[in-house]
Amino acid sequence: MLKISASNLNALFDRIAEKQTLYIPVDREPNVSEYKKYESGMTMSKALNTVRSAKDFFFPQTENLAEFKVSGKTIEVKDIRKENEDFVVFGVRACDARSFGILDKVFLSEPVDSFYKNRREHGTIVTMACTRPAETCFCTTFGIDPTVPGGDVSVFFDGENYFFLDNTPKGEAFVASVSDMLEDGDASKLAEVQENTRNIMKKLPLSGLSTDSFGGERLMEHFNSDKWAELSESCFGCGTCTFVCPTCQCYDIRDFDTGNGIKRFRCWDSCMYSDFTKMAHGNSRNSQLERFRQRFMHKLVYFPANNNGEFGCVGCGRCLSKCPISMNIVKVMKALEDK
Amino acid sequence: MQEAMIKRAKELLADGTVNRVMGWKKGEFAYDTTPAVFETAEEIDRDFIYNDFTQANQSKYLIKESRKEGKILALLKPCDTYSFNQLVKEHRIIRENVYVIGIPGGPKIDIEKIKAKGITGITNVKNEDYTLKIETIYGVETMPFYEAVSVKCESCKSKKHVVYDELIGEGGDILDSNRFDMVEKLENMTSQERYDFWRGELSRCIRCNACRNVCPACTCENCVFDNPKSGIDQKAAADSFEENMFHIIRAFHVAGRCTDCGECSRVCPQNIPLHLLNRKFIKDINCLYGEYQAGADTTSKAPLTDYRTDDCEPSVVHERGAE
Amino acid sequence: MQVNENFEPVIVAFCCNWCSYAGADLSGTNRLNYPANVKIIRVPCSCRVNPMFILRAFQRGADGVIICGCHPGDCHYTSGNYFTRRRITLLYSMLDFLGIERNRTRLEWVSAAEGAKFAAVMNQFVEDVKKLGPNRRLEDLRCRKQ
Repeated sequence: MLKISASNLNALFDRIAEKQTLYIPVDREPNVSEYKKYESGMTMSKALNTVRSAKDFFFPQTENLAEFKVSGKTIEVKDIRKENEDFVVFGVRACDARSFGILDKVFLSEPVDSFYKNRREHGTIVTMACTRPAETCFCTTFGIDPTVPGGDVSVFFDGENYFFLDNTPKGEAFVASVSDMLEDGDASKLAEVQENTRNIMKKLPLSGLSTDSFGGERLMEHFNSDKWAELSESCFGCGTCTFVCPTCQCYDIRDFDTGNGIKRFRCWDSCMYSDFTKMAHGNSRNSQLERFRQRFMHKLVYFPANNNGEFGCVGCGRCLSKCPISMNIVKVMKALEDK
Repeated sequence: MQEAMIKRAKELLADGTVNRVMGWKKGEFAYDTTPAVFETAEEIDRDFIYNDFTQANQSKYLIKESRKEGKILALLKPCDTYSFNQLVKEHRIIRENVYVIGIPGGPKIDIEKIKAKGITGITNVKNEDYTLKIETIYGVETMPFYEAVSVKCESCKSKKHVVYDELIGEGGDILDSNRFDMVEKLENMTSQERYDFWRGELSRCIRCNACRNVCPACTCENCVFDNPKSGIDQKAAADSFEENMFHIIRAFHVAGRCTDCGECSRVCPQNIPLHLLNRKFIKDINCLYGEYQAGADTTSKAPLTDYRTDDCEPSVVHERGAE
Repeated sequence: MQVNENFEPVIVAFCCNWCSYAGADLSGTNRLNYPANVKIIRVPCSCRVNPMFILRAFQRGADGVIICGCHPGDCHYTSGNYFTRRRITLLYSMLDFLGIERNRTRLEWVSAAEGAKFAAVMNQFVEDVKKLGPNRRLEDLRCRKQ
């Protein structure tokens, strides 16, 4: 397998960044990481995962869609698209890599979202295998193997060298473009590292969590469960869980009057917000219970019902560590599952 | 302490003084606790928890809870009593429907500070004589308790309960805190440095509204930022201006009512030190209009609904310190 | 800081109906000059000025914002301007804290008889803001004129 030594990783980054924009996770504070545009000299974070997910690269929090200029009875529409530039995201974890598949099902099914599609086509995802999962991790519940992270190129670290394995034609092209910096290496230690990580996964506190009690066929039963009242009682309706979630994909489109034209933009929205379902006739979800239920029903019941049983969660654990009141999908699953 | 609280709560439930108990509930991990309402002794025995991680300020929940039938027991830390009192003053909490027990406060610890040390896979955290013994799936780690103290407890303003029906443990005093140190440090910077500092912080905002929704002083039925008729409603900051505007207005709307409970910074998923904005207002109010602590009583006039004919002019802002 | 000689700032002046707006009127009838950069918005009382108005003015292209009201003690509504004074002091202080140039904001008391003062205040304020250059720290890039 092709490899590069840890000491040469930055040289590789410099090379990638010459041709296209490169994003890597960097530490903002010790062990708190975020994706940053790579500039020479940056060090890749060793933290398990970024605070915000990698979905931002394909589905940014705000993006301008079009501009209008109105003069008299004519409207001039300006195409302001900028999402046609190639870029590489390095160091994506297996959970986030899976989340793109879930977002694809939403944005690439008819009618195709061309903004998302362009970004997907121009982005190369280089993933990184996990070696030190946290207690909040439960990706295995959704059939994800964090030691085989996927994406266009999978990268494995054995303590000394980074090994590259391409998974797609795009990944193959990427590896080829930097192949002169890579050398053939002995990957025999990798199997041991992977085995070790898999064993850790089995020991994690959430390793027993199962999706057996969920899916489309349990819709009415879960919807009418009397557990929602207790689960949602202390939820104060912020959007933290939705905004750190790699699979939440709801958005709002609005026009902004700049005084010299109109900018039509879209931005993330959250089903936890009171005005999420506000329409001309009123609001169809008036209590936090209904809004709270919607978020989890969507991930555990509605999404699999419409997508051949695939769940809308990847077990990254971000909502577990970020919810201000520590209410999260794991607690919901445990409360609703068959005892 | 937890045993004493459980014992008293069950007594009050049994003798009918209250029909519900507001407390904290155990979570998945040793460190996660969720505010919860308990209705029976069995529920309390099963789930009630009070430990070094029970940071959440429960006062805001009492707005809703005090409007339900019967009386509820609230277990309030000193800082929570200030928020509670302020909400009573603003007629948001119905005082008669809440039985308040003052409980000793922090310092509480913040799991993120433990994780920042690179400690992961945490299965248990024990406080052994102010050394934290952290059990993880990768082995046992230790760190000094005080290095994990949460930001809101680092500069505790008071150990005194300003309102209670009874106390568990001993009452305390108002402390001489260093809470304005960072504000002062920023004030002494140049305008450009301050601008760069705040841009660095506020540009991380993801507009999840956690700071607003958790705030015991933010109790509007419909926030201006959610109201399409206000003309400034926004679901995400589409420009750096909107980031600034949201945080200026959020802090301004609670100026003179913010008790400095620190919840805004605690809940921020991006660790933005939002409490510094609120503290700036508190510091200004103290300097310009006399010492004022929101929530300390229920009768005094709030500084922004009051005036003196000899108040200073806004030009003080332009005259003080370096540009 | 480099001063752009050609820079003409946009100034928004919130003027109270009873004193400062009349003061502006008087300065006009007295044929006193004040720069055309100043856009006056009439408000019933200086305390009508919501902090949001000031931010919105900056968002939409103002380089400086000035609030003018009756002298303390002379408020048409008895005490409105006393509340203005506290509120605006805190807001300006906060803007300064966030690193917004402090000379972009001002508050002046101008009575209906002070036409000359109105013109002098505006001349001075426009001069001060000119020195600062365009508002970049509290502008909305989307609203910048192309």
